Amino acid sequence: MPIAVVPNFALAAPEIFLALAAMALLVTGAFMNERSAARVTSYGGVLALLVTAGIVLSMNKASRMTFGETFIFDGFAAFMKVMILVSAAAVVFMAKEYLIRHEIDRFEFPILVMLATLGMIMMVSANDFIALYLGLELQSLALYVIASFQRDGTRSAEAGLKYFVLGALASGMLLYGMSLVYGFAGTTGFVPLADLFAHGGAPTGVIVGIVFILAGLAFKVSAVPFHMWTPDVYEGAPTPVTALFAVAPKIAAMGLLIRVMVGPFGDLGGQWQQIVIFISIASMILGAVAAINQRNIKRLMAYSSIGNMGYALIGLAVAAEAADPVIRADGIRNMLIFLAIYVFMNVGTFAVILTMRRGGRMIEDIDGLAGLSKTNPLMALCLGVFMFSMAGIPPFAGFLGKLYIFQSAVQAGLFPLAIIGVLASVVAAFYYIRIVKVMYFDAADEAFDSPIGMEMKSILVISFIFVTFFILFPVPLIAGATRATASLLGG
Amino acid sequence: MIVASLAFYLFATVLVAAAVMVISAKNPVHSVLFLILAFFNAAGLFVLLGAEFLAMILVVVYVGAVAVLFLFVVMMLDISFTELRQGFLQYLPLGALVGIILLVELVLVYGGFAISPDVEGRLAAPMPTPDTVTNTHAIGQIIYTHYIYFFQAAGMILLVAMIGAIVLTHRSRGGVHRQKIADQIARRPSDSVEIVKVPTGRGI
Repeated sequence: MPIAVVPNFALAAPEIFLALAAMALLVTGAFMNERSAARVTSYGGVLALLVTAGIVLSMNKASRMTFGETFIFDGFAAFMKVMILVSAAAVVFMAKEYLIRHEIDRFEFPILVMLATLGMIMMVSANDFIALYLGLELQSLALYVIASFQRDGTRSAEAGLKYFVLGALASGMLLYGMSLVYGFAGTTGFVPLADLFAHGGAPTGVIVGIVFILAGLAFKVSAVPFHMWTPDVYEGAPTPVTALFAVAPKIAAMGLLIRVMVGPFGDLGGQWQQIVIFISIASMILGAVAAINQRNIKRLMAYSSIGNMGYALIGLAVAAEAADPVIRADGIRNMLIFLAIYVFMNVGTFAVILTMRRGGRMIEDIDGLAGLSKTNPLMALCLGVFMFSMAGIPPFAGFLGKLYIFQSAVQAGLFPLAIIGVLASVVAAFYYIRIVKVMYFDAADEAFDSPIGMEMKSILVISFIFVTFFILFPVPLIAGATRATASLLGG
Repeated sequence: MIVASLAFYLFATVLVAAAVMVISAKNPVHSVLFLILAFFNAAGLFVLLGAEFLAMILVVVYVGAVAVLFLFVVMMLDISFTELRQGFLQYLPLGALVGIILLVELVLVYGGFAISPDVEGRLAAPMPTPDTVTNTHAIGQIIYTHYIYFFQAAGMILLVAMIGAIVLTHRSRGGVHRQKIADQIARRPSDSVEIVKVPTGRGI
């Protein structure tokens, strides 16, 4: 325990700002009349999330710690935080119309999303197991509530309850793992833990603890074999909430996973690499095979996200191979690039799903998209591009993401991962392209309700431009990911 | 010192006895009352240890708030605990087996437990002596200085729990008649009373 000095609060400026903004909006919302309160907190929430992202960007990215080495801010944290904040802002932005239509436009929704986001950005800055757990719990608790936000619908309530029970189980496993690590190593801080294990080798108790921690975090990124909750929760939760689940918490949990595995346990790579490889392969295969029979597009996206997490975990498996620092850094960098592209594709796809409405009712069937190319050619083009991108077809962004990841796997000599990854993505291409086929070649159904609203349009256009033209201008993202990786491994 | 030992044994015996009564009393209200007795005795033990702040907090928070809340819940929920306990004998052998296994494991673990001889030197932050730092001061230093980040994060989690509970359970029900004093005062007899001349023998 370091001697008490005033901690450097400036490093936590984004967290402090977001927390204060959420509380200010809460008070504002509580004192306004119900109708206008929802609108004010919604716009205020988007603004606060974007301002927080601006604060993160404006901060000095050098790796620094505060609060007795329990909180770290570095380029890696900044990269992850910007992704989380921007995707959460996009979701709040898109959600307003859906919430109004379903008469659940209560002013607490944006505030709960902000608090969940606060938990996420605390997670990626955690440098101690207690800080990690507190951030994770803050995120999860807020997400349980918004999963059952449509509380009069049984499916939403079911989704919330399922997520809550299984999430509590995962938290329990995570805590048990942490307690084992603490019991055998005598500290919860990542810095002392990294020092302890720097010479390789750790007591068996620590290894068992790492396994439990990995299991708990695998639940949060919905990787096989801890994925069971994903399809049901995605299907039952209100669609904007599903959109949030598909992006922000995944990014946060992946950031956490990288920080924990590469930081304190980085020199024990040989011990946990097999687990990550297994989780990665199982997720890729399940994500590809189980989605084939899905008729509901939200369930399909659930399996798609399971598969995508499998691809992302390849990067972590590469990072465990500590032999060559360059390959190791490449693995993490490519994982970050993959995740950033994943965010754009998913936000875009969910913007389309949120506009699938006929006569005021949401359509969730894939067959409901039939003939979209005739009734709404622009939207069909956008969704088609997102689907081709997710299937990994050039020249779209998703292709490059997968290419980089597989390249890393090959460089690190992890050929089974690369081969299974390619095969799984061929299988997965079937169901992505089937959506394109339904849109372009099936007999036209009734048109969706229009107009689709300015929010959806802007989100769609931004994601579309990113996914289509990323191949021409990949440098900014790659440079950002490279800096983030360097600050993670160098610091 | 004999007084202190006597007090310790008194508090400890009553504490254990009260704790046993909490789980064995037939009436759940009695259970809660025994729980309060147990809290008071635990507070007495804290005082003996010199942790008077914790003792006060225990009484104020646990007896004053938590136990009273329990009492309300127990009285309002009207759970029949005798029904819950019906399968007790049936599950006793299995429960006893699990308990014995746990006990054996604990004995094994503590049998192999050894305290490092140089543990004193390894303490990173030596404990402050009660002569220089008071209880309250020491706890404040830990919560508000060393662990300020954790403390604030825990506060945010509690805030989310509060918002969540309100969002998920509070609903504005229809058909509730609220008192509107202005309307009541503004009411005239002509608004609510209609005088009808009823012809004899015809009805309305």
